Amino acid sequence: MKIRLALATAAIALMTASAAQAGTITFNTDNADPAPRAAMEALIEQFQADNPDITVEMNVFDREAYKTAIRNWLASDSPPDVVTWYAGERMNTFAELGLFSDVTDVWQDNDLFDLMSSSASALAYDGVQYGVPFTYYQWGVYYRTDIFEDNGIEVPETFDDLIAACVTLREADIAPVAIGTRYLWTAAGWFDYLNLRTNGLDYHMGLMAGEIPYTDDGVRETFANWQRLLDANCYIDNHAAYSWQEAVPFVVQGEAAMYLIGNFITPFFPQDDIENYGFFQFPVINPDIGMYEDAPIDTFHIPTNASNPEDARRFLAYLAEAGVQTQINEALLQLPPNSDSVVLDDPFLESGFAMLSAADGIAQFYDRDTDPEMARTGMEGFQEFMVNPDRLDGILERLDRTRQRIFR
Amino acid sequence: MAASIPREHRRAAFWFLLPALIMFTVYVIYPILQSFWISFHEWDGLTDSMEWVGLRNYEDLIFYDFEFWTAIVNNLWWLIFYLLAPVFGLLMALFLNQTVPGIRIAKSLFFFPFVISQVVVGLVFSWFYDPSFGLLNEVLGFFGVPTISLLSSERWVTFAIIFAGLWPQTAYCMILYLTGLNNINPEQIEAARIDGAKGFKMYWHVIRPQLSPATFLAIVVTVIGALRSFDLVSIMTSGGPFGSSTVLAFKMYEEAIFNFRVGYGASIAVVLFLIMAVYIAYFLTRMLQQERSGG
Amino acid sequence: MYPTPIEKYGAGTRTGYNVALWVVLVIWLLPLLAVMLTSIRSLEDISTGNYWGWPTDFLLIENYTEIFRATPLGRYLLNSVMITVPTVIGVLVLSTLAGFALAIYKIRLGFLVFAMFIAGNFIPFQILMIPVRDLTEFLGMYDTMPGLIMFHIAFQSGFAVLFMRNFIKALPHELIEAARVEGANEFQIFWYVVVPLVRPAIAAMAVLVFTFIWNDYFWAIVLVQSDNAQPITAGIQSLRGQWVASWQLISAGSVVAALPPVIMFFLMQKHFIAGLTMGATKG
Repeated sequence: MKIRLALATAAIALMTASAAQAGTITFNTDNADPAPRAAMEALIEQFQADNPDITVEMNVFDREAYKTAIRNWLASDSPPDVVTWYAGERMNTFAELGLFSDVTDVWQDNDLFDLMSSSASALAYDGVQYGVPFTYYQWGVYYRTDIFEDNGIEVPETFDDLIAACVTLREADIAPVAIGTRYLWTAAGWFDYLNLRTNGLDYHMGLMAGEIPYTDDGVRETFANWQRLLDANCYIDNHAAYSWQEAVPFVVQGEAAMYLIGNFITPFFPQDDIENYGFFQFPVINPDIGMYEDAPIDTFHIPTNASNPEDARRFLAYLAEAGVQTQINEALLQLPPNSDSVVLDDPFLESGFAMLSAADGIAQFYDRDTDPEMARTGMEGFQEFMVNPDRLDGILERLDRTRQRIFR
Repeated sequence: MAASIPREHRRAAFWFLLPALIMFTVYVIYPILQSFWISFHEWDGLTDSMEWVGLRNYEDLIFYDFEFWTAIVNNLWWLIFYLLAPVFGLLMALFLNQTVPGIRIAKSLFFFPFVISQVVVGLVFSWFYDPSFGLLNEVLGFFGVPTISLLSSERWVTFAIIFAGLWPQTAYCMILYLTGLNNINPEQIEAARIDGAKGFKMYWHVIRPQLSPATFLAIVVTVIGALRSFDLVSIMTSGGPFGSSTVLAFKMYEEAIFNFRVGYGASIAVVLFLIMAVYIAYFLTRMLQQERSGG
Repeated sequence: MYPTPIEKYGAGTRTGYNVALWVVLVIWLLPLLAVMLTSIRSLEDISTGNYWGWPTDFLLIENYTEIFRATPLGRYLLNSVMITVPTVIGVLVLSTLAGFALAIYKIRLGFLVFAMFIAGNFIPFQILMIPVRDLTEFLGMYDTMPGLIMFHIAFQSGFAVLFMRNFIKALPHELIEAARVEGANEFQIFWYVVVPLVRPAIAAMAVLVFTFIWNDYFWAIVLVQSDNAQPITAGIQSLRGQWVASWQLISAGSVVAALPPVIMFFLMQKHFIAGLTMGATKG
């Protein structure tokens, strides 16, 4: 019976295994928004015109689903040939498991160490390049300039200014800060900035690497600052019910004034009164600490088991070209890592670019810098803290138990 | 008779059974055993390195994982409140068991929620509960009740999801009871009426005993439905806020897929399986008894 | 009949009942009606917060065309059909064969086999998740429709065998004996005597299995990922992630997703209910 079974299954497997033809690249991406998707399609057309022997098959996924789906593909015997992913611990996890292939040759052959020198280290693990960056973007506070003006609020430079702004806005019956924590990670944006501004980058990265306990006094200080925001009633109600996009209308409709988020929010601002929207850097908390920023890099990788790594390499080299990166980032409204590319003429991007060029150091983002499971438990803890701040001690102890288990 | 099963019959029986048996063994029986085996390991599901850790996953689960207990408690709530479905279903069946014009189409429409996917049910109720535009808050607002956000309140979220689940489940039980009512012997009812029984008394002494097969089935499918609850939790909250609406089925999926803890996930699956096994055993013995007595 | 037929009451009660019936029905289906209403609204209505008022425009055709044009909904729909139909056929074949064997022959341990099929019907999916995913990957069928179909056939045959076996057992045994006397072999008996008689059971099971598989979400997210293989349940959920603010489109998609099983139910209502009351669990 066993043999029969094996034969039957083998036959079926043969029938259904997607025949990997030479010259086809499967490319999976989570850039699902209409504009970047269209731009990517155009770039693929161009690539196929230049390389008539290669066909690129693009599959687009919803961003939240993609994060889990990619693990399945990478571990399978027939993964896609090129995938989008994120730099930092997110990439390192897969590199360490041997699921991404070494593409140092692509960097060398295309002079990328020169052209993308600023992001080279973020794509290296153990001295090997595991992918090519295609976009990065700033995080910071997006706000309604008209609401600030109407209420006589200046752009906050210190944390006290920010708290004061919250109080003024609440008095004017406007929710100071919009946020949707349903998918958790937006809360991590606040944690990152509060921790970076309170304790600095080295401390933050130590925490991310599991070297510093969550019950440490530094972390407690960060949460004490967060508590001040909660005491000033800074956040919109019911934020746990919304995704980040669902919270954007609060700002657009003028019910909320600020939003700490990445630059990917800007396409949601209505073009006809774009002059009422502005951007500012997260204010200073401790003047002795440098200005460190979150600037996540999105990347392309070739899975180790890819069936067509040669053509995938050509595609990767193409995607790293200055002109191509200019085009993708115009559609994404983000910043190109290739230093020969042109930054789009856009006020948000320009201020972001200036801010990042002057930054004292860069972090990727909480869920990209720490272990994925730690990130999940951590972000649940942040969300819980925002709703029930009195549970802080229990939350921190829980996070630390998780840290000890994961990094043991 | 049994001693002299013709060989020809034995051969035929074997070949008729074989395809289903193979498929079922490969895809159901063997995987159950495999899950038990995996639950004694630490494994990330990606690489080949499975490490034997004995009972550690279970120890972690029971002594260190607060969310496991949240899931157990929530599953208990599911079980308790889901059992309202047979009750509501019975009431609706009694309400609908009439012969007015249009009743057939009305019955079909009442049954609707059961036919549509839980994904759609979940979406529908997510909108229904939405704090900024949901119909629930529109209605409550009309009566001057302040906005509530059920799906982001750790206190109410599980009940809000269960309520959504009760919608299709009640429809299901309703159909079971409608069929049951249909099968009741009309002569007995008439006889009871002549004896002066009516209303609740009639129900309790004449109707209820005859509905007991329908009740049994309704309770079995409801209990199984409650323990299997995954789709609605996944669609409506993904276990949130901060894990407070998670159930065993969802937590298992989350640990195995999001957190790479495949061995740990398997141990949650085993716990869920063992809980369910109690009901399966109960159901099987009852079925088999009926089988024996019924020939 | 119980409760007492409404005709035996006065005219007032009768009218009252008729009104109450439809009022309760509307309340019962309110969430669904809301979705249908949303699905014909304009984006304008939605961004200005007119969710529940009368729509300013009725965009029935526009929205339903848009959802097929701008999203892979058509692809998802096709996938669902291509997953569901072969599964139904496979389940019917396997379970009719096995149900016949268990009903007609006295098999040693036959009872055990039967109990196994029943029990399998009730187990939580999670206990199968990891091994089935590994197996599907091992067979090279991860993220393909055949991978999903194979599993569904195997799992659904649990309940289907129970169903067919009970039905066939209730057939008059003399028919089979008569055929044996005529010299028919066992397969001929199955094919010419039993299969024609079990047509109603086959119909009932086909519509039930169709509904279960069409509505499956868990296995769709565990065994497939890409647009090329994703059925509509999983597809709707991923559209929801991509078209966050466009409620009118997601609602239209939900209506489209719900439609096939609803149509199936209306066409085959009798069979559907017969099937359910024979001890099926949704799954």
